[in-house]
Amino acid sequence: MTVDQTFHTRARESLANPQIRANFRNAMDGLMNKRTAAFQGWELEELRTLGAAVRQQALSRLPDLLEQLEASCERNGIRVHWATDGDEACRVITELCQQHQARHVIKGKSMVSEEMELNHHLEEAGIEALESDLGEYIVQLAEETPSHIIMPAIHKNTGEISDLMHAKTGTEPRRDVPYLTNAARQQLREKFMQADVGISGVNFAVADTGTLCLVENEGNGRLTTTVPPVHIAVTGIEKVVGSLEDVAPLLALLTRSATGQHITTYFNMISGPRPEGHLDGPREVHLVLVDNGRSEIWQDDELLETLRCIRCGACMNHCPVYTRVGGHAYGTTYPGPIGKILMPHLQGLEKTQDLPSASSLCGACGEVCPVKIPIPQLLVRLRREAVDGDRLHPSVVRGHGVKRRRLEALIWRLWAWGHSRPALYRMGLSVANRLRFLQPRKLGAWTRHRTAPVLAGKSLHARMARRNGGDA
Amino acid sequence: MSAREQILGRLRQRKAAVPESEPPDFSVLTRRQWSAEEKLDLFQQQIESVHGEVLRVPREDWLTPLVGWLLQREVKTLLAPRQHEVGQTLRAGWAAAAGNLGPELKDYDQPIEAWKPTLFSEVDAALTSTLGGIAETGSLILWPDADQPRLMSLVPPIHIAVLDADRIYSNWLDVLRDQDWARSMPANALLVSGPSKTADIEQTLAYGVHGPAELLVLVRQ
Repeated sequence: MTVDQTFHTRARESLANPQIRANFRNAMDGLMNKRTAAFQGWELEELRTLGAAVRQQALSRLPDLLEQLEASCERNGIRVHWATDGDEACRVITELCQQHQARHVIKGKSMVSEEMELNHHLEEAGIEALESDLGEYIVQLAEETPSHIIMPAIHKNTGEISDLMHAKTGTEPRRDVPYLTNAARQQLREKFMQADVGISGVNFAVADTGTLCLVENEGNGRLTTTVPPVHIAVTGIEKVVGSLEDVAPLLALLTRSATGQHITTYFNMISGPRPEGHLDGPREVHLVLVDNGRSEIWQDDELLETLRCIRCGACMNHCPVYTRVGGHAYGTTYPGPIGKILMPHLQGLEKTQDLPSASSLCGACGEVCPVKIPIPQLLVRLRREAVDGDRLHPSVVRGHGVKRRRLEALIWRLWAWGHSRPALYRMGLSVANRLRFLQPRKLGAWTRHRTAPVLAGKSLHARMARRNGGDA
Repeated sequence: MSAREQILGRLRQRKAAVPESEPPDFSVLTRRQWSAEEKLDLFQQQIESVHGEVLRVPREDWLTPLVGWLLQREVKTLLAPRQHEVGQTLRAGWAAAAGNLGPELKDYDQPIEAWKPTLFSEVDAALTSTLGGIAETGSLILWPDADQPRLMSLVPPIHIAVLDADRIYSNWLDVLRDQDWARSMPANALLVSGPSKTADIEQTLAYGVHGPAELLVLVRQ
């Protein structure tokens, strides 16, 4: 089943579900207010300009920084692996697990591992992969996918989570958040002690010091990267930055944009395995650098801006469409505005053709983006590519032209031809005016919630001419 | 061709250079500076806003207030460093400060593999030093080492951090520059801002989901 066939169906289902709408509405309203409060006293525009500049500068030196990152990590004792796509990355990770006879893997939150469906691959190889972020743990218990990149289980309320944990783990059915949280702590602590390998994502990879930075509140990321004897970090190639100083503005922007926190509880910087004589930390640290379509996006000056993303989720928190349909309607790993510009690159426009259109182009996403990704402009660009709409700007995204219809193209060609011939245009307008009583009152989906537009009796041209004393 | 060659090859193939941005201006991050007193106040306000607790204690006698706090919470076992100054001071003065009422002191002196279940379930609290604090975000700077391993500040339900008031910086960028982190990073460096927390269940805050549920900062003045 492809996304294009079902986005509308799923969106309609979500819209008709008052529980989902209430869960998202409440959460997104709260997040928007917290973000605003967290930036009080800051020169936010200046900070966003700095964030965008730091990311853009890193992308402009991408191949050099990746080589530098590799050299620094290897010098620190972190082994670096490369993977051209998700399947290859899964193979690399599965092999590493097999080399250590791993049966149990514990995972910290990682969107790129969702993107490549790592858990599924590991399970096929007979390796249990358990999510340890509370939200991800809940989503995994429910056999679902995350509906938000920062708060994976935001589509569920306490009652639903209590019922789920009761059914799957035998906890008491209590709508008591501290009780449920503590129950998950006990369940997961056992798993941390047993785990043979810990797998985490990376928020920022620092090229000059060979440091992997992880941003989190729960401490599951620290446990994942400290307790098991092997730590495997997996990240997209675009996450690299030049120096620790470059991380400072990105960290300041990330946590405030995401959840309105000045900083998360833990900011974890890993620059190597357990040193000689130390008493904890993994004996081996691996870094898997995943391309999966990113180097293609990177070839185009406009599309490349998508890669500045630091995965804060502010664009979805502020999106009127996301707030109403929720994260699952998109049917993609990354939902919301960033998903609408990222997924067409990763999956091609055939599978994602309705995503760029699932937007009112209100511009909120672009206004709040901490690294100034021009999301609305990129949506327009992808809409154009979906219909191969502009000969002056050749289309490059995989699956471009998928929505091009010959009849529609012909109509627009006639339209352009008619509008470039004044006599014909005036004649056409006058005929249309006289025949306007023939205009249909029902126009399919458009008139389900709106009245049909009606042609005016006199054109604007004619009325302006009369007002100026001329003759129409 | 290896994946590495393929990826780097594709990146190297780009026809024209990537558009550069204007040179980054970091001044927006360091513009707000505070006096020593303001820094301490702001640090306290920030870390308390995320459920951390602060006790301002005299540098020469910080054990008495610590013991009082621990007894109130009925802490039975306390993990403490052996070599670091805070550990030595604590151990030297423990008998005098705590008498035979105080919690038993424990050492983290063997690899985690040798005592994982004990650390995970039988240690009530751990005390560590810090490299300083950050006023703007209410953060503690920790560089775990052989004497104060990484799990000390993470696994026991209570973490007690000792912070010297004159080591509070305005922001993290100042720390990076002043302490010259870029020269050499440890295997693990941390900023810790409050106890472990989550809001993954319907945005309701809950503490101690994986790490400590309580964080006490002893600010030595």
